[in-house]
Amino acid sequence: MQAFIQSVIDKYEASPVRLLPILRDIQAEYQHISGTTVEQLTTALNIPRTQIISVIEFYSFLHATPTGQYDLLISDSITDHMLGKQDLMAYFASQLKVTIGETRADGLVSLNNTSCSGMCDQGPAGLVNGHALTRLDRPRIDAIVALINQQVPLTQWPTEFFTVDDNIYLAGLLLKNPVTPGEALKARYQKGLAETLKEIEMSGLRGRGGAGFKTALKWRFCSEEAETERYVVCNADEGEPGTFKDRVLLNTYAHQVFEGMTLCASIIGAEQGFLYLRGEYLHLYNKLQNILLERREAGLLGHNILAQGLNFDIEIRLGCGAYICGEESALIESLEGKRGIPRNRPPYPVSQGFLNKPTVVNNVETFFAASKIAVTGGQWFASVGTEQSQGTKILSISGDCNKPGIYEYPFGTPIIQVLQDCGAADVLGIQIGGPSGTFIGQDEFQRTLAFEDLATGGSFIIFNQTRNILDIVKNFTHFFAHESCGFCTPCRVGTSLLKKQLDKIVDGYGSAGDVAALEELCQLVKNNSHCGLGQTAANPILSTLQRYPENYAQQLKDISYEPGFDLDASLETARRLAKRNDAGAHLAQVEDNQV
Amino acid sequence: MSQTITIDGQEIPYEEGQTIMDAAIAANIYIPHLCHNPEYEPHGSCKLCTVKVNGRNCSACTFPAMQGQDIINHSDDLEHDRKRITQMLFVEGNHFCPACEKTGNCQLQGIAYYLDMHDNHFPHFFANREMDASHPDILIDHNRCIFCNLCVRASQEKDHKNVFAISGRGINKCLIINSKSGKLKDSELDINDCAAHICPTGAILIKRTGYQVPIGQRTYDQHKIDEISLAKEHKHHD
Repeated sequence: MQAFIQSVIDKYEASPVRLLPILRDIQAEYQHISGTTVEQLTTALNIPRTQIISVIEFYSFLHATPTGQYDLLISDSITDHMLGKQDLMAYFASQLKVTIGETRADGLVSLNNTSCSGMCDQGPAGLVNGHALTRLDRPRIDAIVALINQQVPLTQWPTEFFTVDDNIYLAGLLLKNPVTPGEALKARYQKGLAETLKEIEMSGLRGRGGAGFKTALKWRFCSEEAETERYVVCNADEGEPGTFKDRVLLNTYAHQVFEGMTLCASIIGAEQGFLYLRGEYLHLYNKLQNILLERREAGLLGHNILAQGLNFDIEIRLGCGAYICGEESALIESLEGKRGIPRNRPPYPVSQGFLNKPTVVNNVETFFAASKIAVTGGQWFASVGTEQSQGTKILSISGDCNKPGIYEYPFGTPIIQVLQDCGAADVLGIQIGGPSGTFIGQDEFQRTLAFEDLATGGSFIIFNQTRNILDIVKNFTHFFAHESCGFCTPCRVGTSLLKKQLDKIVDGYGSAGDVAALEELCQLVKNNSHCGLGQTAANPILSTLQRYPENYAQQLKDISYEPGFDLDASLETARRLAKRNDAGAHLAQVEDNQV
Repeated sequence: MSQTITIDGQEIPYEEGQTIMDAAIAANIYIPHLCHNPEYEPHGSCKLCTVKVNGRNCSACTFPAMQGQDIINHSDDLEHDRKRITQMLFVEGNHFCPACEKTGNCQLQGIAYYLDMHDNHFPHFFANREMDASHPDILIDHNRCIFCNLCVRASQEKDHKNVFAISGRGINKCLIINSKSGKLKDSELDINDCAAHICPTGAILIKRTGYQVPIGQRTYDQHKIDEISLAKEHKHHD
């Protein structure tokens, strides 16, 4: 074991900033990172053991105690729930004879939930030892159970279990007209640096992750920093439930994304770039490595790119299961081998990012669009969309519709158009921008996709009339409590309190005043949290409370006070100790005369 | 002409590189805080020092002072939120003031007094947390840790030891000890270290000293936390 760990350390040149890849490799080999391993790493990497332990305890895919040799994680996104995930999970557990959240006694298999795995258009989905599983159903689960019990290696499992489709149903301006490898870089060197940046500025391109900061401005700020060691980071930590467009871009358009990063490097003067790929997309890793290799061989990456004197290379880093790492400063912390805790800002990453050097962090789709703009010019892009939101947006559509998948629309497109195209009928509402976005109801389908109206990083989840609003909100609220990094008080404690308070109402233990208390708590978490996670964690509750107050009110007991828990169930221990089970040993939840 | 910011209508000077908190303390203005201590790198995690800067909520301890900022430090809304955040800290851990050695000297308790907090408002988590009494001179009661990170910073910045670290995620956040066994006795912590004395609550205590000053005669039994804080931190600034 010691020799294997030493080989991993050597592979990553004993570099503390590569702590995550080191731990990933060890986890994959031994299903956990033991105390002895931590000691070996402490010495070899020359970092405190507490840094290693805290990283292991922070990321969902790293463990201090062994998971099964087959580690199964089932995606807990609302879209998976809508496809019957809850039943399948129970079935899986019973067939495998394993308790959810635990490792089977023989150590062969473990089963647990995981946050949205980005396969919402082909769920119910999961991961086995990090590899994506799609379209789970009972026959497939039966097959998987048999394969595990017979200890068949993953390489011999039927390949269709791992098939991930693109499902592109509507290609627009960008998806229809991909650039050929090198095209954007050649155009950039023909036009020159200043002219290229001007074209990107003219295009009006804004960050596609959701926040919408002007791309050209970000690149310009970074290039004007006094410090000349600079970095380009592509944020492919696509963790917002319901989003999967970056998965498709990286599967089919990776050249264009890498070209966009290289373009950015040539403008800001960076020699090193990173693709931070969410761990759930492990299935893309080798493919992307090969594309990087192709680009190096074609003179589009590495030393003296296109003989223009540009030196730039890209390293792919896999995440380890933490939604918060989609926040750019948390992502940078993670790249540095630390827990993904969002930094205090200012300073912003453009002036102090990776290793405190100027860093541009952009979304996959932003780099993808920038490549094309470098070729066709800004006007081409800006002629589409609205005044404040130029160009197109790629949507990941899932939920109740006939054709879940990828759709590219000009900004300004009304929601009703989208619903028609994907075959959605009898729609109750749509979650736009994922749990951190907005829930809109039937009377809002004339609203448009745009930064100034309905902004979205791409997530578009459709719910029909058979769905229950409170089930949706509960799923989202639990998600945020699970993903809060814990840095600041309002989010750490607040998201867990939101979960408790919402559950109390949904489970029927709420009474007068509980909805008002819930709303007050929402505002507290929203207004005082450190970063976007906490600031948006209450959005599912707030946006539905505003639109469907009666759904909440219906859950409340018609009395002024209701105990916030099940009284009779709480007496179970006392009954057991007293060896009593007569009527006198039971309590009604509310005394009759109080009703 | 020196540069100025305005806090609750009062114009005060600041120097380049100062945070709003620095400028406020230098001008003898108290902004409530728990995770901040002017002797250490600002952390910005407790969020008690949230102030409104030109209409936007910012942490005073980390946000830079900039010319012309109009800052609200005291308003009903801010005081209300601060009280709620303090209540969050109380329900997250297990804080039983009457039975705590630190009572009267505890900053969490001092802040609660200052904010006129009379109950915990939120449901308790009743977290199952441990004590570590293994060290001959120092005791850790994790029930009272509020994750201010001051012991972590003190050990790194002043003691140059790295005895403490924050681990876990979300509500499972925890303080861990840098020793092979994970126990304090096997760490490098010494009774003379700054980290052993920095804890604002009763999470890190020096053994055999708890009742040298009777309850009733302790710091926050006698004075409000704003007075104490300014007296100590304003002096440090001079």
